[in-house]
Amino acid sequence: MLILTCPYCGVKAEETELSPGGEAHLKRVGPGGTAEEFEAYLFARKNIKGVHFERWRHAYGCGKWFLAARDTHTMQVYGTYKAQTAHATDEIVANARQARAEWVPDWPQGSEAVVG
Amino acid sequence: MPSRRYSVFAIAREALRQHSGWSRAWTSPEPRDRYKVVIVGAGGHGLATAYYLGRNHGITDVAVIEKGWLGGGNTGRNTTIIRSNYLQDPSAAIYDKALKLYETLSQDLNYNVMFSPRGLIMLAQTEHEVRGYRRTVHANTLQGVATEWVEPARLKELVPIINIDGPRYPVLGGLYQARGGTARHDAVAWGYARACSDMGMHVIQNCEVTGIETANGQVQTVNTTRGRIGCDKLALVVAGHSSQLAEMAGFRLPIESVPLQAMVSEPIKPCMDVVVMANTVHGYMSQSDKGEMVIGGGTDSYNAFTQRGSWHHIEETVRALIETFPMISRLKMLRQWGGIVDMTGDRSPILSTTPVGGIFVNCGWGTGGFKAIPGSGWAMAELVAQGRPGPLAAAFGMNRFREGRFIDESVAAGVAH
Repeated sequence: MLILTCPYCGVKAEETELSPGGEAHLKRVGPGGTAEEFEAYLFARKNIKGVHFERWRHAYGCGKWFLAARDTHTMQVYGTYKAQTAHATDEIVANARQARAEWVPDWPQGSEAVVG
Repeated sequence: MPSRRYSVFAIAREALRQHSGWSRAWTSPEPRDRYKVVIVGAGGHGLATAYYLGRNHGITDVAVIEKGWLGGGNTGRNTTIIRSNYLQDPSAAIYDKALKLYETLSQDLNYNVMFSPRGLIMLAQTEHEVRGYRRTVHANTLQGVATEWVEPARLKELVPIINIDGPRYPVLGGLYQARGGTARHDAVAWGYARACSDMGMHVIQNCEVTGIETANGQVQTVNTTRGRIGCDKLALVVAGHSSQLAEMAGFRLPIESVPLQAMVSEPIKPCMDVVVMANTVHGYMSQSDKGEMVIGGGTDSYNAFTQRGSWHHIEETVRALIETFPMISRLKMLRQWGGIVDMTGDRSPILSTTPVGGIFVNCGWGTGGFKAIPGSGWAMAELVAQGRPGPLAAAFGMNRFREGRFIDESVAAGVAH
């Protein structure tokens, strides 16, 4: 049973209490974006076998959307974080690197995590 | 002289010499440096692609490479259901082609795939499903696919063990395809592998792809754990790991990989001679020739590559099926397993050229690939041989997601199909 901790209400919720929302940090382009960009936003997915960042909603709890870093191969959870962020926290990155030494984040290092 | 062709005479001959003359069904050669066509994935779809490349297009300089063992992926993990009662025309065309090929596959391959056209019913358990399946029957009539709508009383005759008066999920009727049924999944892979091997093709197991080399937008070499293999054309037919192979070649696919589960019960006496699917509750059931009840469940709704799936999906599936089939409540389950299925946005497959010249992709069959194996191989062979899709594959190009030409089967088929 997959268990994630909701970063808003702090509840350790099992997966039946949660709704998955697919890949996180997708950026919508436009108006004026190309057909290719819109297609990529809607359909093209990294579908990573390894460290995966994804959206979840605490559907039968506080109802809020949050983000999780989970390993799609080992099912290890590296951490959960709030939705209003551009990328995962340093602590989650450290957890992931400990399990997968070869993994490197695909966002610029030192960039600000909090947006909005 | 070894017995190559399987027949009653071969059995009689071998019976007289202690069965010492059977030869191996397929060879296990060392990979060569180069082939005209390399197919990644020796499951049903990959092997069928190789077979029809040889039989329909005369291309036999082919290697089928497989990271595990032959048919050990989703080909060996599905619930073996075969049907072609799809709503959309392109789906009905390719799945019905597959069904027609299945009907004579044992004879074509000289290998008993145990195709059993025992009939298949999709239960309508909500008013919405009643309307949906009636619509599918009309669509199938126009497509030339014989299906019919059956009322609950007739359905009860076809499936005596069913409870049509369930309080939560009453059976309001069903979509019946008498030509549908099952086949032995391993035998489909083995039969194709044997036929490919007989044509001089190489089926190479325990050979994992580690990289794909391209030059000037054209595929050059596949790097594997058993060496570099050059090729003119490369076909990626790997289901759950399609995204990983595509990444090696430098493009992305509209695919997400999720686990799908199935389980079998202890064997019991014959009690149900049709396949029954209940899409409202994401469960489907048939009885194997050994007497086990084969039960398929729903997919997990988040990406994963673990071939087991979530426990609560088993509970949901079985809980719902017990209302419709009360007699299974006392059955013990023998085995449970999962496979990684490749889901597209419209729940229809991709048979397509790719941004890299010479690379073709066959994926996205999601939860319903087994039934399509012969038709998929037929269409994929045409695509690989000619470099452009034929009539069966034309609608399944991956540019459909950009152009908005979806073949939307998610509503028609529910989740499980």
